[in-house]
Amino acid sequence: MNPAPTNSTVAAGLRNEVLVSDVTVSYNNGTVAVYDATFRLQAGSICALVGVNGSGKSTLFKTIMGFLKPAQGSVTIGGETIASAQRLNWVAYVPQSEEVDWSFPVSVWDVVMMGRYGYMSFLRIPGAADRRLVEASLRRVEMWDFRERQIGELSGGQKKRVFLARALAQQGRVILLDEPFTGVDVKTEAAIVELLRELRAAGNIMLVSTHNLGSVPEFCDQTVIINRTVLAAGPTVEVFTEQNLARAFGGVLRHFRFDESTIQKHDGRTVTVLTDDERPLVFGKDGHVEYSQRNGREEVVKQRAEQEDDE
Amino acid sequence: MNWLSPFQYDFMLAALGVGAVVGIVCAVLSCFLVLKGWSLMGDAISHAVLPGIVLAHVAGVPLPIGAFCSGLFCAVSTGFIKSHSRVKEDTVMGVVFTGLFALGLVLFTKVESDQHLNHILFGSLLGIPRAQIIQTGVIGAGTLLVTLALRRDLLLFCFDPAHARSIGLNTARLNYLLLSLVALSIVAALQAVGIILVVAMLVTPGCFAYLLTDRFGRMLWLAAGSAVGSCLGGVYVSFFINGSTGACIVLLQSTCFLLALMFAPKRGLLASRWRRQAALVEGVPTGKRG
Repeated sequence: MNPAPTNSTVAAGLRNEVLVSDVTVSYNNGTVAVYDATFRLQAGSICALVGVNGSGKSTLFKTIMGFLKPAQGSVTIGGETIASAQRLNWVAYVPQSEEVDWSFPVSVWDVVMMGRYGYMSFLRIPGAADRRLVEASLRRVEMWDFRERQIGELSGGQKKRVFLARALAQQGRVILLDEPFTGVDVKTEAAIVELLRELRAAGNIMLVSTHNLGSVPEFCDQTVIINRTVLAAGPTVEVFTEQNLARAFGGVLRHFRFDESTIQKHDGRTVTVLTDDERPLVFGKDGHVEYSQRNGREEVVKQRAEQEDDE
Repeated sequence: MNWLSPFQYDFMLAALGVGAVVGIVCAVLSCFLVLKGWSLMGDAISHAVLPGIVLAHVAGVPLPIGAFCSGLFCAVSTGFIKSHSRVKEDTVMGVVFTGLFALGLVLFTKVESDQHLNHILFGSLLGIPRAQIIQTGVIGAGTLLVTLALRRDLLLFCFDPAHARSIGLNTARLNYLLLSLVALSIVAALQAVGIILVVAMLVTPGCFAYLLTDRFGRMLWLAAGSAVGSCLGGVYVSFFINGSTGACIVLLQSTCFLLALMFAPKRGLLASRWRRQAALVEGVPTGKRG
């Protein structure tokens, strides 16, 4: 059952990429959900898939997972079709929390072991290597002590980490995450982001479907903005502009313009934004994205300071 | 009255044996049905086998084949109508299976047959002919073997079909496999409890076990254990009270379920009541501190 590494997989290792070209997806009743969608993700990237409900975001997500067949165009991973990429265990999927039946009688260990099923014979009897990988994955997300727990007996953040561990155990090259931060505490969110960065450094591709705009510039280096088709795709710094987002979201976004607000000194330092829900998305005076942490963004800060000096 | 007297009759020993086999097969499948949320599907397939039995009799085909085909036809046509109309699945199922059942009843009254309608509807475990015993044994053992061998794939299909697909499993095939196994177990169980009550065999043991444990392996054992116990007990009791064997079996299973519902250590009604009270008692000082 286990596919031996062929010439094509070795070659693909060198060019691990997701290629979506001219994809059009329509449903049985004739509605076209997505048309002419094209973008490319290279090895070692975290990409956000951003769009409103009904923009075709989840349709495109499902097409990349192989659940929907495009009427036109194609999706390939490392040069392989989705079907063969799945057989090679290249595609791992971290579901939305709402999609999981948490009362199901399976333990944390059982769920993570499901990530190894693709490598086993049809009887799915785990070997020593499978057990080792499951243990390593559980330890990596700090859930090893919870391995005997039934999955419903976990907190929101722990639940998410179990499914991340399953993706790790599967050793997929491409990891698709559907709303990874919904119902997750801030600490876990930071831990997940850290883990995704490590995976990016190892050459994996992460595609994150999210409506949580504020978190996108914080950890996604690539962004695909979608509204029935791809409006913009590329490095987050270039794509994630107020103009592009306004085109994608129209009147859906809540605006808080500092220069229109009651805040007096909107040029910086004295402004505080508090939010109890999701990470706020803040645009600066020139319409560029503001980040919550200066650490690791020294380049950006320096560059912008220079720009201001020029003016 | 001699308590051991039932064991002196060959027909009683046969009934106990067949009951145990049918009990195990249905119990194992019931675990998947309960978790997948397909309880009504069991009911639908079991009713829908009736026209198949009659038509198989007319055509001279072995009855289990007719029953299996017509049961599966119900499941497949339900799926087709659901995906091609705006009607919800449970509604489609209700329309399809009652329609097929009614068709079976009409056909039955129009066809000369050596079968008794009562036996098909309510089972006749105590009057089971030798050929039937072999038939039930073979179908039951085959179904059980396939289900247990593929239990991990079937469980993954019930739990997370999206992941199953993303590792390259054919979920459409698993869907039809599980439906076929359900139809086969119904065919095997018809002789024991009949069309009307077979759904109890396919739901109650799994439901009972689901209340008692958080592990699928243990769930299988508990379901099988309670089903075998109920089948043996039901056959035994029906000998003395001269009542319907199938009904006695189902009644014992329902009793097991009620006991589990009340007294299950973690999920039972009493346990959750105690937990609530304990939380209230502990909650008072915490509330003051807060």
